[in-house]
Amino acid sequence: MTDTLLRREPPETPAETGSRRLAERVSRIRESGIIVVLALFVAVTAGVQPRFLSVTNIQFVLVNTTIYALLALGETMVVISRNVDLSVGSVLGMSAYLSASLFGQHHGIPIPVVFLVGLGIGLGWGIVNGLLVAAGRVPSLVVTLATLYIIRGVDILIVGGGMVTANTLPGSFTDIPKDTVGGIPDLAIAVAAVIAAGAYYLRSFRSGRELYAIGSNPGAARLAGITIGGRVFTAFAVSGAIAGVVGVLWAAQYGTVDSTAGTGYELTVVTAVVVGGVAIFGGSGSAVGAALGALLLSTINSALYVLGISDFWDQAIAGFLLLLAITIDRIISVRLTAALRLRSTRRAT
Amino acid sequence: MEKAPDELKPVLELRHAAKSFGAVQALVDGSIELRPGEAHALVGENGAGKSTLVKILAGVYQPDAGSLLVDGREVVLHSPAMALAAGIAVIYQEPTLFPDLTVAENIFIGRQPLLPGRRIDRRAMLAEAGAIFGRLGVPLDPGRIARGLSIADQQIVEIGKALSLNARIIVMDEPTAALSAAEVDRLFDVVRALRSAGAAVLFISHRLEEVFAICQRVTVMRDGAHVFTRPVAGLAADDLVRAMVGRELAAWQAGLPAAPGEAILQVKRLTREGVFVDVSLTVRAGEIVALAGLVGSGRTEVARAIFGIDRYDAGTVAVRGRDLRRASPTAAMAAGVGFVPEDRRQQGLVMEMSVQQNIALASLRQLRQAWLIRAAAESRLATDWAIRLKIRYGRLTDSVAMLSGGNQQKVVLAKWLARRPAVLIVDEPTRGIDVATKAEVHQLLVKLAQDGVGILMISSELPEVLRVSDRILVMREGRLAAEYSRAQATEEEIMSAATGQQAQAL
Repeated sequence: MTDTLLRREPPETPAETGSRRLAERVSRIRESGIIVVLALFVAVTAGVQPRFLSVTNIQFVLVNTTIYALLALGETMVVISRNVDLSVGSVLGMSAYLSASLFGQHHGIPIPVVFLVGLGIGLGWGIVNGLLVAAGRVPSLVVTLATLYIIRGVDILIVGGGMVTANTLPGSFTDIPKDTVGGIPDLAIAVAAVIAAGAYYLRSFRSGRELYAIGSNPGAARLAGITIGGRVFTAFAVSGAIAGVVGVLWAAQYGTVDSTAGTGYELTVVTAVVVGGVAIFGGSGSAVGAALGALLLSTINSALYVLGISDFWDQAIAGFLLLLAITIDRIISVRLTAALRLRSTRRAT
Repeated sequence: MEKAPDELKPVLELRHAAKSFGAVQALVDGSIELRPGEAHALVGENGAGKSTLVKILAGVYQPDAGSLLVDGREVVLHSPAMALAAGIAVIYQEPTLFPDLTVAENIFIGRQPLLPGRRIDRRAMLAEAGAIFGRLGVPLDPGRIARGLSIADQQIVEIGKALSLNARIIVMDEPTAALSAAEVDRLFDVVRALRSAGAAVLFISHRLEEVFAICQRVTVMRDGAHVFTRPVAGLAADDLVRAMVGRELAAWQAGLPAAPGEAILQVKRLTREGVFVDVSLTVRAGEIVALAGLVGSGRTEVARAIFGIDRYDAGTVAVRGRDLRRASPTAAMAAGVGFVPEDRRQQGLVMEMSVQQNIALASLRQLRQAWLIRAAAESRLATDWAIRLKIRYGRLTDSVAMLSGGNQQKVVLAKWLARRPAVLIVDEPTRGIDVATKAEVHQLLVKLAQDGVGILMISSELPEVLRVSDRILVMREGRLAAEYSRAQATEEEIMSAATGQQAQAL
């Protein structure tokens, strides 16, 4: 009896690759689309106001992007698993205040310790979110909407009318966003490396792929024996921890921290993630795309500022981009499905 | 290459398995024996217990009694994962894949080949998946995403997954129901490849010609019990049909049919591409017309199209001679059509609402005074219909979820009867309800017909069809295959027409 079918044999090379190339090309179009829009904004703005391309302004935009891009990395992990984390702005705010006030309370406290404290605060709230969503089986939209208010409320109780001012912070701390290597902010390089690592993790590790699987079809994920609760919990814990670290960076960048720090950031971050091509119902998208989304939003913000256009337009344009991104996604997904289906039927007959 | 399966020891044996759900005994005596290298057919009518048996093999259900042996050793399967570990893989009619992941990842999710540092070895994964498809003789690209795959290809992916897990027992639950002829041929090639590699395939199908084409042995089930297991060679289709049906007709018969009146519902050449083709039927006042056929033959889809839930591509639906607007349940309701859907929990009822609110739901327009729904009027209407239909409930304000299945079905019927419909479409009106309530529903339908309502009833239960209806239309693969009057019809004939064993001219 031949037993070739059930035994693993040395693999052969797969023959047909047309559909794969199509799917891959589309996902690349999605990311290059953001780059095109970005280039367009930069070109138009620089044409009107050359100051936009000054080294200082580029550095400013890059540093500004780091905050949103880091938050978007955590948010991407959560959104890919068909969840959402709306508490990141509040976590950022609490972490920013508590970590920055350490400098006033303990003179000479090492900066890494302050970052660890920020990370701890964020991780704590991320665990709360993760437990409620994974173990409590409450929809994440509701859970994180609730913790958004709870964390902000606790923050206001702690801070009261007080604030941390820049003069209580050591220079080496407030210089973090200002240091550059060859004209590029250190911070931007570090964040780019973190995002690259995050993207690699999501692409190339089983636990990362399982987040996509959960978001793509939760029922099938359960049948495949994936520990959905554990993976989702981890995504929230990571998102919280990142928001905690970003809070410390926020304090370093702005110097002045009161109880309103980070208010509304969650919406910008979700916008960046969706504009960056992460499907809001999970299953697809990349960390690099989300970071590009963040870069696009902060570039637009800066462009409008440089052009002296009212802040109102910033929000209106962000909203418009969101609609555009969702519309394009919808069209691409319908077309792609149709194209892939056509290929299968053509081959079958 | 033919082996002599008789000499091989069975790789799987299920002995005298029983399973009940509440009062319903779905499986009384389920037995099956699979030998390596055979394709073994499992046939039986809808409700014969095949699906329950499959779910026991899949580790989804645990039997109340009986034993399961794999390789001669007794096993207890508590979960689908344990069934897989024991070498049993189930391919369902409509597989559940991850649409956003590649085909290769769908096969290897959670078990991807790794490089040092626990990174996924994408190339090895693609190559292994490609090798599996190569051995199955199917040119499926492992690197494409699963979205957009045909059902046939999705099944191939599931089969590939089963092979990658070294499954030796592959259960295919009605795999061909949604496949084209070319796709069925390809699946048969795959089944042959699996057999020649020594795997046992349990093949469940309603199409008897497929059983004869691909299987070596066949097991027939009826009413939850094993009837016989025999080699396919030497059996005729008639033998199988008789064994599947062979039950005594119940004694109860409806009273004489009222003389049918004018044609109320007229459906002409209704077609929805790929779903049903050229369906024409007429329901007269006072007549019960049954739409029989196998699950998946397009009966429910025709009913949904008539009521306007789904689109149709060609044809007309007319009520009392006036054409209905397409795809508009509102228009159908205004013309006097009522629709009791197959799945009452999902589609027939709002489970969170009370008995009273559910009954009144389709009659809100009549209950409205100055744009407000009067609670008193709603309660009056609900009480009236609850008494007429003998609905057993605690209070009318109790949640409808607290009622038994039979009483829930009566609530759905009451909802439509309160509108005094001219035509009532009922889809599987007695599925999952107890025998006593079943008889009440049958009598209710007959009484409605006597009052002049035209009824179109979809049912998979042949005794019900023969008992209640005046005329029987049989659908097969999206077309009307035969028509009988009640006097002419027998279970054997309907089953033959539904499975395509004899060409029956209309």
